[in-house]
Amino acid sequence: MEKGLETIFSDYEGKRENVIPILQKVQEEYTYLPEHLMAEIADYTRVPASDIYGVATFYAQFRFTPTGENIISVCRGTACHVRGAPRIFEEVTDQLNLEGEGTTEDQKFTVETVACVGCCALAPVLTINEEVHGDLTKQKVKKLVQAKGDQNGEE
Amino acid sequence: MEKNNRTILICRGTGCESSKSPEIQAALQESLENTDVEVKFTGCHGMCQQGPIVIVEPEDIFYAKVKTKDVKKIVDEHILKGKAVEKLFYQDPSSKERVPTYHEIPFYSRQKRLVLRNCGTINPEEIEDSLAVGTYQGLEKALGMSPTDIVGEVKESGLRGRGGGGFSTGIKWGFCQDADGDPKYVLCNADEGDPGAFMDRSVLEGDPHSVLEGMIIAGFAIGASQGYIYCRAEYPLAIKRLQIAIEQARDKGFLGEKILGSKFSFDIEIFHGAGAFVCGEETALITSIEGNRGMPRSRPPYPAISGLYGKPTLLNNVKTYANIPLIITKGSKWFADIGTEKSKGTAVFALTGKIANSGLIEVPMGVTLREIIYDIGGGVLDGKKFKAVQTGGPSGGCLPESFLDTPVDYDSLTEAGSMMGSGGMVVLDENTCMVDIARYFLDFTEMESCGKCVPCRLGTKQMLNILDDIVEGRGQPGDIERLEEIARGVKLGSLCGLGQTAPNPVLTTIRYFRDEYEAHIHDNACPAKQCKAFITFHILDSCVGCGLCLKNCPVEAISGEQKELHTIDQDICIQCGVCYEVCPPKVFSVEIRTGAENRVEEPV
Repeated sequence: MEKGLETIFSDYEGKRENVIPILQKVQEEYTYLPEHLMAEIADYTRVPASDIYGVATFYAQFRFTPTGENIISVCRGTACHVRGAPRIFEEVTDQLNLEGEGTTEDQKFTVETVACVGCCALAPVLTINEEVHGDLTKQKVKKLVQAKGDQNGEE
Repeated sequence: MEKNNRTILICRGTGCESSKSPEIQAALQESLENTDVEVKFTGCHGMCQQGPIVIVEPEDIFYAKVKTKDVKKIVDEHILKGKAVEKLFYQDPSSKERVPTYHEIPFYSRQKRLVLRNCGTINPEEIEDSLAVGTYQGLEKALGMSPTDIVGEVKESGLRGRGGGGFSTGIKWGFCQDADGDPKYVLCNADEGDPGAFMDRSVLEGDPHSVLEGMIIAGFAIGASQGYIYCRAEYPLAIKRLQIAIEQARDKGFLGEKILGSKFSFDIEIFHGAGAFVCGEETALITSIEGNRGMPRSRPPYPAISGLYGKPTLLNNVKTYANIPLIITKGSKWFADIGTEKSKGTAVFALTGKIANSGLIEVPMGVTLREIIYDIGGGVLDGKKFKAVQTGGPSGGCLPESFLDTPVDYDSLTEAGSMMGSGGMVVLDENTCMVDIARYFLDFTEMESCGKCVPCRLGTKQMLNILDDIVEGRGQPGDIERLEEIARGVKLGSLCGLGQTAPNPVLTTIRYFRDEYEAHIHDNACPAKQCKAFITFHILDSCVGCGLCLKNCPVEAISGEQKELHTIDQDICIQCGVCYEVCPPKVFSVEIRTGAENRVEEPV
């Protein structure tokens, strides 16, 4: 068994009610849910692998492909929507040459939309990794994305 | 009071943290290191748009939009010389006047803060701060009462569920108290999924101990020994502060074995919700904690009789629990005196959208929408014309101007076709397309429908398709009637609240803004000038030829020599709106046209 997985399992009893916490930990560790670990989670929790997939695909939090180095989450909450979130999303994807949500070819950025960041007073909002950026315009987004790209190039 | 006996409060809610309030706190602490001025951080003040917020006590001076470079000024002028820094005062959006103190700001002076009583005044990571303002006194009192008396007190207070349903909290507690089964569970619904709402997050971040106290009292009243808080994983700060609060409460003996020397033992754990809107529904939430796909089941049996692991389970919203300690300490009569005949206490709203003062507010039940939007919210943003107010999130509806004098309580809002919901209130102005708003909410519910009930799963999909057609210029005569018909089916044929209320945004917008639907379908026009399929951009003769639009246009549709009139090639233009956004406000030469004035050829 993979070392990382072993450490995670040691924190939880192998039973159904721990399926979601375990999946969350695995994703925290690997940034996504790798296919080869799903069977092991099933064995450990004694829940059929099909059920584990059922749970994992039900919740928005879980992903099945690795993320880029930076995650840009564009808020699509109501306040953001009426203050122009669709235009903000369009600008982000245009800047990164993406057709909607997804990861750039160079694995630098993953772009996704989220239901609501809860910073509605600062709408429209996006987060880059954990950092919240508010009161956005297309111009600001362009600068933000470019600055983040440059910053990564230097590292 | 001594001149330097001051406390400086820095807001570190999610909003203010995003605008660098931790940096400001560090800078203040550094410059005031060897003084007796106390620098501490608090949870959300509610006026997130004015953040970062810094308050100096005891003078009650309120500094808005503080930057790290302003710290020196605050220290030099205010703290050392005793002269408050005027240019950092809050500026009233309509009168442009500077308002120095917290309590003089209209946004606050018209509120009644019960649930938010401690948000913004205490440090949420220090239990001592909570104890100093009386938290856990309600628990002490409750432990001296009989469980039946506690339930009676909650019943008499008239408190109704703050998650939106509005069921009597006391009656729910009574059912659970009477239910047979062991163990029993107390659950707190902190899966705040409504887009455009952040009330619960702010309470958890600003005053976690009051929520814990309410849950512990509930546990004692119904005879439970274990509680769970189901909190969205998207709220990392709330989870962190709850975790700290739980540990501190255990250390002080408010949680754990034999609480405060009584025979009662109770503990609380946090469950991280994995992002499913439907899990805000009680049976779905319970199914999710058990480790399954969070899909609702039919009721009865209600969770109060058979809930988590088939045991009696009490499930209430964050704000419901936060009210409990007050009711116990101050008595049910005190609480019942606030609000209206059938809706007691206060309502907390996240006031957002096209409003001058966005933020978190709390008002007594029964105030009108007009008072909230104009007196507290400062009116519509940028002096635009009010069009509608949306309450209740994806389950609620849009109410037009004629409803502005409707009192805000459970029953009046439901009667108007909307609902109280858990507290999102989004203001829409003349530039918001109502068909697009309906489409937006349907897009949300269609995506979040768990798929169990066919009418909800397929009905929301079909409605969304029709709305997509209307918004994108493919609307057909009869579409409105088709929407209404499917909406009826979805409402009648769905098991849980998500499906039963999903058509509300569509139905209310058809009911109050039918003309906008008709304009899209019949006149090739979007009255709000928002839907791309119906608008064209034009540069007026007043253009000074500054070249900003030309430079920013992503498809090079704009041409023109410097200092001369620019023009937009309509064949190339993609209606992205950048030219409209960058045109200097003084010149304001870009116009959006729609419908008959639109010179684009009619689609064949």
